[in-house]
Amino acid sequence: MKVKQISVFLENKSGRLAEVTRALGDNDINIRALSIADTTDFGILRLIVNKPEEANQVLRDEGFMVSETEVIAVDVPDRPGGLADVLDTLGKVNVNIEYLYAFIGQTSQDALVVFRVEDCDAAMKALKEKNIRVLDGSEVYAL
Amino acid sequence: MVWDAAKEMMDKEELRREQLPLLQQTIRNVYENVPFYRELFDREGVHPDDLQTLEDVQKFPFTTKDALRDNYPYGLFARPMKDIVRLHASSGTTGKPIVVGYTQNDIDMWSNLIARLATMAGVSQDDVAQICFSYGLFTGGFGLHYGLEKAGATVVPASVGNTEKQIMLIQDFDVNVLVCTPTYALYLSEVANDMGLDPRKLSLRVGMFGGEPWTENMRTQIEERLGIVATDNYGLSEIVGPGVAGECQSRAGLHINEDHFLVEVIDPETGEVLPDGEEGELVFTSLTKEAFPIIRYRTKDISVLNRDACSCGRTGARMRKVTGRTDDMLIIGGVNVFPSQIESVLMEIPEVAPHYLIVVDKKKAFLDDLEVHVELNREKFTGSFRDLEAVEKKISRKLANVLTVSPRVKLVEPKSLERSTGKAKRVIDKRKTV
Repeated sequence: MKVKQISVFLENKSGRLAEVTRALGDNDINIRALSIADTTDFGILRLIVNKPEEANQVLRDEGFMVSETEVIAVDVPDRPGGLADVLDTLGKVNVNIEYLYAFIGQTSQDALVVFRVEDCDAAMKALKEKNIRVLDGSEVYAL
Repeated sequence: MVWDAAKEMMDKEELRREQLPLLQQTIRNVYENVPFYRELFDREGVHPDDLQTLEDVQKFPFTTKDALRDNYPYGLFARPMKDIVRLHASSGTTGKPIVVGYTQNDIDMWSNLIARLATMAGVSQDDVAQICFSYGLFTGGFGLHYGLEKAGATVVPASVGNTEKQIMLIQDFDVNVLVCTPTYALYLSEVANDMGLDPRKLSLRVGMFGGEPWTENMRTQIEERLGIVATDNYGLSEIVGPGVAGECQSRAGLHINEDHFLVEVIDPETGEVLPDGEEGELVFTSLTKEAFPIIRYRTKDISVLNRDACSCGRTGARMRKVTGRTDDMLIIGGVNVFPSQIESVLMEIPEVAPHYLIVVDKKKAFLDDLEVHVELNREKFTGSFRDLEAVEKKISRKLANVLTVSPRVKLVEPKSLERSTGKAKRVIDKRKTV
């Protein structure tokens, strides 16, 4: 049920992000979603790709500092209050969110939100009880 | 004005005649009272009786900083603790400081030396001197304090920090002598500007600056910005603290207090003594110190000796302003920092590799700014921002503990710092262009 996310450490210098995306492109790896968080000195690029293991290896071979993290992808109804309902559900079971980012899939009517939480299993259980759909890794990679 | 004309303007031959028995006494003192020196001399096959002329000092071995560190804290003291009235310390490369002790006579001698320097710089009982050195284990604060009092000046022991208040004190107390690091003098001029004051219109007349090497360009800047005469003074805790040498108003080299310290300049590679006029490493032997005598201490400071007559009438040897060193020690705001200290801290932190680059600059209005670039260990990367920030904080905290100055830490990608097959380039010092 969990989704594999690739995190890449990037120093804030020009061209570094381009190098990551070029390396992925050259190896026929497609990016499904991405987010960058940064400070003045460095950033962390987070990627959901169609072939996570391959991406991990490609970037490592290129000398990037990479790690793999499990995240959950949640189908969030694309309407006012849709995200708030999901967050309430997680809040009620005291699941702390480290970060999240959203993207809109080509086929779905809903928004997809990627959550990195401290306790994946508790989060998924709570969401399921509220009938909120959590996507499978293979579904996300194939989007 | 000369504080102690009988000594400072002594005939050269007379000085040598006075130095010899003092040197013999010091060598005998360390041989009899400091086991380290007895063992060292015995191992080297020299005996106090071998010292018949001043030049015979060259038969005796050097003392290095390692010896001071190995004998931490009191191993090199030549007097029992009941005779020691004061301790000071300087930073060591491994976090353990170098401890030095003083008897009451040592303190009196030291004060006298500072009084000489103050008088040389043109400071008298009519002046008000503000000391902006930290009062503590560092020899700068207390050393200058007692000496300036001895010279008769009114002392304002302002210590470091709170620069706006320091400027208020200068204004309210009509302070005319500023005592601090040259870096701080420049910073003070900036802060005065920020406060809407013209630093040239402050009451300041003379600066007595020390604690770090500085260039002639920096002197010009300080003099222009503050409208003062800036003089340099030299010393290090291992010898006595400030007071080893200082500039008179003709500012043609620093007058060494040779009746208290025997000076040599050596080739740092071979250890061979060099003639006057040749550049090399300064080596000092104390002639009058009781608690912490030191034999042929290698300072690692690069200078040149000059024994020509000075227009001020003082007769002793003068040393050129120190601007370089034989080792890689950095002086950051008056504090000694060794790259090896940074390396040893990084070795203890698994999240990073022991590869680093030290960048020193004068960023915030001339204050020394220390930035350490640290390579991450790729195996420990979790992808979490929080973890990276925690690593950054951990490094900052540990470095600040060991160095006593707070560097900024910049995390960089593994293998991104330049690798070299020879001596690694660990330091970029951008201050040298000031």
